[in-house]
Amino acid sequence: PGTAAAPPKGDGAGPPPAPQRVLFPPTFSVSEFENKQRRHFMFVRWKQQQRKEKLAARKKRKKEREALGDKAPPKAVPKTIENQRVYDETTVDPNDEEVAFDEATDEFAPYFNRQTVPKILITTSDRPRGRTVRFCEQLSTVIPNSHVYYRRGLALKRIIPQCIARDFTDLIVINEDRKIPNGLVLSHLPDGPTAHFRMSSVRLRKEIKRKGKEPTEHVPEVILNNFTTRLGHSVGRMFASLFPHDPQFIGRQVATFHNQRDYIFFRFHRYIFKSEKKVGIQELGPRFTLKLRSLQKGTFDSKFGEYEWIHKRREMDMNRRKFHL
Amino acid sequence: SSQVVWDTLGNRQFCSYKITTKTQNFCRNEYNLTGLCNRSSCPLANSQYATIREEKGRCYLYMKTIERAPFPRRLWERVLLNKNYEKALEQIDENLIYWPRFIRHKCKQRFTKITQYLIRIRKLTLKRQRKIVPLRRKIERREKRREEKALIAAQLDNAIEKELLERLKQDTYGDIYNFPIHAFDKALQQQEVDSESESDAEKEEDDGEDADKREFVEADDSDLSDFEDMDKLETSSEEEQEEEEEVEKKASHSKSKGKTPLKGPARRKRPYIEIEYEKETEPATKTKAT
Repeated sequence: PGTAAAPPKGDGAGPPPAPQRVLFPPTFSVSEFENKQRRHFMFVRWKQQQRKEKLAARKKRKKEREALGDKAPPKAVPKTIENQRVYDETTVDPNDEEVAFDEATDEFAPYFNRQTVPKILITTSDRPRGRTVRFCEQLSTVIPNSHVYYRRGLALKRIIPQCIARDFTDLIVINEDRKIPNGLVLSHLPDGPTAHFRMSSVRLRKEIKRKGKEPTEHVPEVILNNFTTRLGHSVGRMFASLFPHDPQFIGRQVATFHNQRDYIFFRFHRYIFKSEKKVGIQELGPRFTLKLRSLQKGTFDSKFGEYEWIHKRREMDMNRRKFHL
Repeated sequence: SSQVVWDTLGNRQFCSYKITTKTQNFCRNEYNLTGLCNRSSCPLANSQYATIREEKGRCYLYMKTIERAPFPRRLWERVLLNKNYEKALEQIDENLIYWPRFIRHKCKQRFTKITQYLIRIRKLTLKRQRKIVPLRRKIERREKRREEKALIAAQLDNAIEKELLERLKQDTYGDIYNFPIHAFDKALQQQEVDSESESDAEKEEDDGEDADKREFVEADDSDLSDFEDMDKLETSSEEEQEEEEEVEKKASHSKSKGKTPLKGPARRKRPYIEIEYEKETEPATKTKAT
């Protein structure tokens, strides 16, 4: 007749509380018990035993490390996703000549040679709702020399030649779904690449917890973090070409595009150097995250465009350690 | 017999094509001319009937006469109408000549409406279509989760601050910010040769430089009263700077999860002095139980 307190195996002691060291024979398996109560009890006992052993092992290791002192082997670095990232062949080496040559001759070369001044057109999809409209306004204050125009049902293919005629260098289209902005198309105009992003977690200025004022008219600095591969490099250059080349340091504003695991986080801050080693930042401006969906060679053309890169869900989402930007 | 049909189906008993709403009755029969359930519009209850139907963009005139009532397969006669609107109307007229006015009129009305909506369809297909893409719930959730984790791993504030300090060090800001200690330390660094080997030496915190800026004191917590230790503090702060620069260069934009490898030996605020006290008083005597 089974009571809850079955005698533990390998030990002559009686019902619980369990003795200090319960020895489980090496072929012990909790699933051999058919009675649920007994099985549960043995499992709990076994778990406690495991925990004790683990603690003892850790203490022993710590003692050994202290005993060795200086000669102790360095502490093991914990594995992170960034550590375990699958090496990408297209990672850019700073000294790579081929990459440097490519960058000197691609579509952004005139910008980086300071031949062109960026002029941005921001627009939305049809019938934008309040949130999207406000977001567009705030975005236009963040990016200097940008203009917001309403869409009014015009086809993009017809807008683009007009923009080129009026000397715009970039076009941003914010796509809206169910009253929130959810997509961004960034197109470099005189025949440049078009990047299509999915936008998420958009926070307008009033939703950000800060007590700062609005961004001023000064040209902000740009920080681009973590764009390592070739693809990342070209996307980074796209972002850099939105802002005028010479930032005004008096304004103390900085726009950051930080890439982490293929998510690009945009933040806009005002900074102040409190001392040599301390800087304080205060977030103004909207914030959003982008995820690249596709990169096209020419300007926006959904049917006949030549895609340089598309996010293929089946292949690319499978591996958790492989990132493309 | 059409009267009989109407008496049973239309008014009293069940008709499967009939839909009743609060105000009206509708007829779901595809040959119905008006769409309402009336004595004159019911295709079952009228032995002579005509409709207009469209198929793949072309309109047909369907007619039903009493002579063909016993032959269900041949019941509806179909006439293809001209694409031209006026000519099609003439065709309707000549086919339905001598037919009741109601049916002729309603046929023409229906034909007009159909051509109008066909025109609209053709116009819309030329314009931009909004493509509706279904969201996959599992994928949306996965993306959201991964984004949150990436945000935590990114440590944005730290990254931005580091980058700004890096730029300050590399003099991108020029003369805007004058931290006098900066140039001073730079000059000292050039004189020092191997300060990297002293990484095990006790490191001080940033109070080292703050101590030099005695004139403009911000909210400091450095309580250094000993000027003899000043040199030692200066050199150790330089070592710290160099260490940081090296570590930053090595890091090369891949930041590990939360811990900078800069922990090192324990940091202390001031030079650590061990003080030993000698007890002059005897400890309380223990009373021995005798």
